[in-house]
Amino acid sequence: MALLEIRSLGKSFRGLRAVADASLEVPEGGLVALIGPNGAGKTTIFNMAAGVYAPDEGQILFSGRRIDGLRPDQICAAGIGRTFQIVKPFAGLSVLDNVIVGALRRAPSVPRARELALGILGRLDLAAKKDLPASSLTLPDRKRLEVARALATGPRLLLLDEVMAGLRPTECDQMVEVFRELNRGGLTILLIEHVMRAVMALARQVVVLHHGEIIARGAPAEVVRDPAVLECYLGEDAAI
Amino acid sequence: MSAQRRAAALLALLAAALLALPLVANAYLLSVATLILFFAFSGQAWNVMMGFAGQLSLGHSLYVGLGAYAAAGLFFHFGIGPWAGIWLAIAVCVAAGAAIGFLAFRFGISGVYFALLTIAFAEFTRIGFDHIGWLGGPGGLFIKVEQRQAADLLNLRGPPVMFYYVMLALAAGAFALCAWLLRSRAGYYWQAIRENEEAAQALGINTFRWKMLAVVISAAMTSFSGVFFAFYYNNLFPETIFHISRSIEIILGPIIGGIGTLFGPILGAAVLTILADSITDLLAAVGLEFPGVKQVFYGVVLLLVVMFLPHGIWPALARRLGLDRKS
Repeated sequence: MALLEIRSLGKSFRGLRAVADASLEVPEGGLVALIGPNGAGKTTIFNMAAGVYAPDEGQILFSGRRIDGLRPDQICAAGIGRTFQIVKPFAGLSVLDNVIVGALRRAPSVPRARELALGILGRLDLAAKKDLPASSLTLPDRKRLEVARALATGPRLLLLDEVMAGLRPTECDQMVEVFRELNRGGLTILLIEHVMRAVMALARQVVVLHHGEIIARGAPAEVVRDPAVLECYLGEDAAI
Repeated sequence: MSAQRRAAALLALLAAALLALPLVANAYLLSVATLILFFAFSGQAWNVMMGFAGQLSLGHSLYVGLGAYAAAGLFFHFGIGPWAGIWLAIAVCVAAGAAIGFLAFRFGISGVYFALLTIAFAEFTRIGFDHIGWLGGPGGLFIKVEQRQAADLLNLRGPPVMFYYVMLALAAGAFALCAWLLRSRAGYYWQAIRENEEAAQALGINTFRWKMLAVVISAAMTSFSGVFFAFYYNNLFPETIFHISRSIEIILGPIIGGIGTLFGPILGAAVLTILADSITDLLAAVGLEFPGVKQVFYGVVLLLVVMFLPHGIWPALARRLGLDRKS
């Protein structure tokens, strides 16, 4: 059964159709990438799944329950964690405190949340930096912190919004390894990504969005050979 | 750990000094110390909203005034003592805070606009109280002053030293409460909201509910300031107690001492009150007495702190004393 099911989702902003009739499924334990050129509507779909705004049409189901229109905190409580494309650390707090805030979602007390947070920081190689203020971290570490905080809430599904953007290839590969391991541990992941290096290495299924519509889906190797996909990525440039 | 132990030692020393102060202080010093504690307490209350949860209130005089009028009104008309009156004061202030919070947070008013809303509420309440004849209107409400040596704690009638100890107990209680809050779930959630509300919400925090809690706790705490004010000064005028300058006086302490810290409001209140009073006295001594000198002085101190110690005096001082780990 699909853990996340998006059914003919539609969203317009002041008459501009951002997403039209988009359907996709993320199976339990799956690792799905949503790709597409800039302005394709990826982030709009992502934001609807994360509760930032409600869809105009269609439904979003999470393990069989409708979640479209819920607030972000309710979505999180339902079991969906997210990261932000532009990282949003709690800059004035320590790295550990950042993650404790997330862990408090499921921990009954602050000491218990601290234990959980320390465990997660260890898994993301941030344990040595736990007492530093989040504002002092480098970009790759901030991205890790973003993931650590989301993981701390104990999600069943992790939504990743361009976590690879701005990372060097080696840093990107390290992140890929982190997500692979998390996925092996049973975490379902839906990622929006521009960095094809990461998509090809990670995703088991790729969904391609163009002008708000899904134009292709399948295994990564198939999708990148799809003529429609090639056209939307390269054709527009060629037309200029 | 050692930083924590040093902080505890400092706290114990401070507590001992404050407890012993009336033994050595004259009437004037005692009144200054009482005022410092009053501002330390009020600043601590304001700090819950701004320092912890990041919600800027520029209208805390509203809660001082409402608390003062609630308890003084009951005492004046029905002879009901302040310890019963405080419950009405808390209820009124919580209701006012909840109304402001609901309006703002429900409709997404934040930042400067939220601050403006708090000013607006304080201002129209000030004008509104001018028209409540039952509470004296613009002519003021007066509580009978009795010269008594024996402290009547039940009715808060007694010598200055009693007021000093009452205010000390309140300030100590506020400190303990804030220390506990900051380490609790609420403290973590508030700081998360302060640092980045969107990220906080994505981590499952119902930001509306926790911001409301911050406002309500801050308002309830500030109602104590009002009740104390009423029984200490024995007179209340809408024009002064609800005035924005009172709100500013409350927030200067924590801003100068260090927003969001536990010692900041205490330190800020002490620095401001002591320096302002000595400067006023000094100028008076050399015959340069003019109104507004205190406000000019506040302005200068604020300017200096913002320029040189943007996080306030306490964080810098704490580093010096080796008390870093935010206490």
